[in-house]
Amino acid sequence: MERNLTMIALFAALIAALGLIPKFTLGFGVPITAQSLGVMLCGTVLGAWRGGLAALLFVALVALGLPLLAGGRGGLGVFASPTVGFLVGFPIGAFVTGFIMDQWRSAPVGLAAGVSAVLGGILVVYAFGIFGMMMTLNKTLVEATLLVQAFIPGDLIKAVLAGFITSGLAKARPASLLSRS
Amino acid sequence: MISLTSPVETRAHGWPAGAKLGALCLATLLLFGVEEPVWQILFCAGMLLLYALPGRPFLRAGLGRLWMLWPFVGLILLWHVLTDDAEAGLVIALRMITAVGLANLVTMTTKLTDMMGVVHWLAAPLRRFGLRTRSLELAVALVVRFTPVLAAKGQMLSLAWRARSRRRAGWRVVMPFTVLAIDDAEHVAEALRARGGL
Repeated sequence: MERNLTMIALFAALIAALGLIPKFTLGFGVPITAQSLGVMLCGTVLGAWRGGLAALLFVALVALGLPLLAGGRGGLGVFASPTVGFLVGFPIGAFVTGFIMDQWRSAPVGLAAGVSAVLGGILVVYAFGIFGMMMTLNKTLVEATLLVQAFIPGDLIKAVLAGFITSGLAKARPASLLSRS
Repeated sequence: MISLTSPVETRAHGWPAGAKLGALCLATLLLFGVEEPVWQILFCAGMLLLYALPGRPFLRAGLGRLWMLWPFVGLILLWHVLTDDAEAGLVIALRMITAVGLANLVTMTTKLTDMMGVVHWLAAPLRRFGLRTRSLELAVALVVRFTPVLAAKGQMLSLAWRARSRRRAGWRVVMPFTVLAIDDAEHVAEALRARGGL
């Protein structure tokens, strides 16, 4: 019980701390932050429930007014801005990532983590993100998808990194890889 | 830990947080229900007036936070001018600015403890079903405490990397960084158990 609580809290803090790492820019000028990598890691390391709760805790603290998003953003204003869908999608994305990780035990850790990060951390999160853009900017599905597609290559790179990092963690701290315990 | 509450003490700081949140919900619903540009301009002007009332430093801080919207405003206006529908673009952009502005206003005038009070109140039905919400409050405190701790440890990792390599650390420090977070979580869990647990 205590371990579940501290793991959830520390991974929420990890997502926040990853937002403080300076962003690096992709070849064609799109900035990417490590924050969504943190969301993917919640799922691949903590599993469905704990990972989803960690991301939910992070989002809740942003709503309460802590500047935890990359660039020191936060507060209720973020939930009225066009990027609201991505934020709402974080907990569900982490949950789906962890769920696939839980289910697909026959695959090697790195591969399973990479694939579940693509499905949960990109597919699910973008589904919510695009829906949020459709609502706030009054755009159609195709138009909203067009607006966010520039960020997909960066997130694919992050999903691959999530795979490598999770397989590294499986060697360094096998007992703490709760998604496979 | 820095919070987004404004250091400029306004009259709204004393209002109950629940009432401010309720009013914000109603105002946002209203904003999305009105399509006439005249009304949207009036709403936006009203929002700016609210920022101007507590004085210049408050206004400047508020506008600074709205500045993050400019890529979206620019994109929407350009899009709608190109598709010959500038009026709709104006409505969408104004509505977005007003909605974000009002929400930021609530955040700027409400302390974290007051927000936690609302969460505590909202969680009351859960307590009736026997769920202990104390662990939720402990989790919030842990995140607030450990975010700067982890950030400092991440900084140390990048410095250590730089001491050994001429290249920038980049993503390679994320793996040891996550190990540190996991170890901290295990230690804190042990410490909690040693003090009688949850």
